[in-house]
Amino acid sequence: MTTFLKALARSVAAAALLVGAAHADEPVKGGTLITTLPQTPRHLNPAVQSGIVTGAPGAQLFAAPLRYDEDWTPQPYLAESWAWSDDGLSMTLNLVKDARFHDGEPITSEDVAFSVETIKANHPFKTMFGVVDSVETPDEHTAVLKLSQPHPALLLAMSSQLMPIIPKHIYGDGQDPKSHPRNGQDVVGSGPFKFVEFTPDQQVILERNDDFFIEGRPYLDRIVYRIIKDAAARSIGMENGELHMTTFENTVRNIKRMSENDSITVTDEGYAAIGPINWLAFNTGQDGPLADKRVRQAIAYAVDKEFILNAIMLGLSQDAKTGIHPGSPLYYEGVNGYDLDLDKANALLDEAGYPKDANGTRFALTIDHGNPTTKPQAEFTKASLAKVGIDVTVNSFVDFPTWASKISNHDFDMTWDTVFNWGDPVIGVHRTYDSQNIKEGVIWSNTQQYTNPKIDELMNAAGQEIDPEKRAALYREFQEILAEDLPVYWTNTLPYHTVYSNKVRNPPLGIWASSSPYDLVYLKEE
Amino acid sequence: MAFLKVLAQRIGYAVVLLIAVLVLNFTMINLAPGDVVDTIAADMGGANAELMAQIRAEYGLDQPVIVQLGRYIGRVLQFDLGYSYFYNRPVTELIFERLPATLLLVFSAQIFALVLGILLGVFAAQKPNGLFSHIVTLFALFGYAAPVFWTGILLLIAFSLKIPLFPVAGMRDVTIEGGFFPQALSIAHHLVLPMLTLGSIFIALYSRLCRASMLEVLGSDYVRTAKAKGLRPRDVVMKHALKNALPPVVTLAGLQFSAVISGAVLVETVFSWPGLGQLALTSILARDTPTILGILFFSALVVIVGNLLTDFVLRMIDPRVRGRG
Repeated sequence: MTTFLKALARSVAAAALLVGAAHADEPVKGGTLITTLPQTPRHLNPAVQSGIVTGAPGAQLFAAPLRYDEDWTPQPYLAESWAWSDDGLSMTLNLVKDARFHDGEPITSEDVAFSVETIKANHPFKTMFGVVDSVETPDEHTAVLKLSQPHPALLLAMSSQLMPIIPKHIYGDGQDPKSHPRNGQDVVGSGPFKFVEFTPDQQVILERNDDFFIEGRPYLDRIVYRIIKDAAARSIGMENGELHMTTFENTVRNIKRMSENDSITVTDEGYAAIGPINWLAFNTGQDGPLADKRVRQAIAYAVDKEFILNAIMLGLSQDAKTGIHPGSPLYYEGVNGYDLDLDKANALLDEAGYPKDANGTRFALTIDHGNPTTKPQAEFTKASLAKVGIDVTVNSFVDFPTWASKISNHDFDMTWDTVFNWGDPVIGVHRTYDSQNIKEGVIWSNTQQYTNPKIDELMNAAGQEIDPEKRAALYREFQEILAEDLPVYWTNTLPYHTVYSNKVRNPPLGIWASSSPYDLVYLKEE
Repeated sequence: MAFLKVLAQRIGYAVVLLIAVLVLNFTMINLAPGDVVDTIAADMGGANAELMAQIRAEYGLDQPVIVQLGRYIGRVLQFDLGYSYFYNRPVTELIFERLPATLLLVFSAQIFALVLGILLGVFAAQKPNGLFSHIVTLFALFGYAAPVFWTGILLLIAFSLKIPLFPVAGMRDVTIEGGFFPQALSIAHHLVLPMLTLGSIFIALYSRLCRASMLEVLGSDYVRTAKAKGLRPRDVVMKHALKNALPPVVTLAGLQFSAVISGAVLVETVFSWPGLGQLALTSILARDTPTILGILFFSALVVIVGNLLTDFVLRMIDPRVRGRG
């Protein structure tokens, strides 16, 4: 008997080895993942709050209809299947049959309809569900989103933290969902992990949902999000093993240091849909040199992007030539990237009618930088533009509201900024270039006051084009025209990195980074 | 009786001071451009004009500043510090939740700095030009001169990374189960580095002052008398000299209370210590006016109480002060 068992064990081991060549090893159940949040979330309900610190625990607490892996293909999640109607004006979702909320109530199409309505009414990204006129619920497990126009962005808007399915029986009690007491305490969700504790400035603790609708998952028993604001402390915590994983790291020196440690892995994979892009923004709407696109082009030629990528970002961020993140399938890299060319810059400035005066100066501009991390770029811009006769003054506004109100009220020449794509261009890209979105007092609207009817037209068409090929062609033209008009000069992606201990398997490296469900994550000793 | 009179007088001053703190801070915060709605919008990764106007109306931020100020002072007089925009909870509740952590940090750092500062000062005063005295001076001045967040990160690198003795952040290990003792031990374990960091600034002050004060006292007649009586040198220093050298040090420690609290803001951020300092930082960044004002109000209160306490300690150790008002 024993021999038989041994033989069996051996053949199983051999089989495991063979399978192991194709698959990763067998997932380990149990364990507590210790990870981080860089700020305190206001609360944990992503239906009424955007942002990465709500999104990370939010994506564990709440399931969305769809999920994505790293290649931008939608996968079934709470919806086991989905289909567009032929005219692209309705989307039918077939929900998983036996899914339940954490309090045991079944998840039905009513909850889907309620979630869409709540998000539509309260979430800042109006373009996600703005064209959803109604949600029909023919039966418990079918929800049909009726649209006023075709809306391909819906597929990304139905994933991750953007469309959490929240329980109607809790949030539909008539209280304002934005300040609902259950947003931060006793949160009842639909996702792989249940709420245990949220202590602002300290931690969020989640535990395994034993009743999760995907059999056998999640693998982890618990997730502890420790709220650690200091980047150096987080990197020391990674290095001494106190933390298993940290996401959205972007201080390049700490990333460099961590990458030298053999027991941890550092990667920039996983941020394509978040899509953070650094750019130099121009106030094109005020009288003066910046209203002329030749001046904006000259500035782009004079600021050496290679220096920013290699010296400031230490080679840890990617070249971004357009407003669409280079990780997106819609990114078009064939546009002019404005490589350093001082002669061209000078020629363009002469042509625009700004000759050098006796002191070699053409005109003066200001850069108002807000986020302290963009200070090196601002100083570098000043030095670069001095070479072509533009006298730049750098003003520092590290207090966010001060900077935001200055920029959003169009009281600036240039600023360094970071703006996120949030998946589909309709959600996070259009807002920067849409002439209808020049709104005083609203930061990350079209604060450049850029207007081009052709761009408006292209965005309108691409926003409604269901055919992926045709859509990509429209966005290609969109990127070409923008690269010529240059309302902002895109330089690089923000160097967001995920850092994880070698014990962590299946870290969130899909397009939504830490805002993906962690049902596949497990811990394994090496 | 004289004591009660002094107390009443002090409390009177304190109330006036607190109201001044409120009005001044309220005005200053409102002078800065932008408001909490901008930061809420930023948190959300962008917002739209209607939503922002709606939130402003909900918080009463669309009213003139003077009306907002009047309403605020009115509420404070009813012991209501308002509602935090960011945390969505009453400010008083938030502050009382964070106060223990900060008090623990501030008091332990103060006591640590005082005890070590006095000891170093006393030893240094024995041989004012000796090697030990110079080393103490150098060490103390280093702690004083180094930016506190830098000292903190340095200690982290040394004692969390290179020699992993202490945890890197937080106040307790959330994975520890158990009753009072394991929890208290975990908190003490987490407290060491923040306490050393915050204390390091003040050791210099206290040790230098104690050294100077001791030198002065050691040269006085009664010390010579005590020595002449044949008392052991240790007794002379500890019983006769130190007692008289302490008052200036204690006075300074009391005056430093505000500095310790402002130092705590930085230390708490580096070590993720969940006290008032972190609350202050978060609410300043979020422009969460009611919370900022509440914290400033409480800090003023703590400083006032700290100064009062200093007075009483001085009365205890220095009989000469007792007679005066």
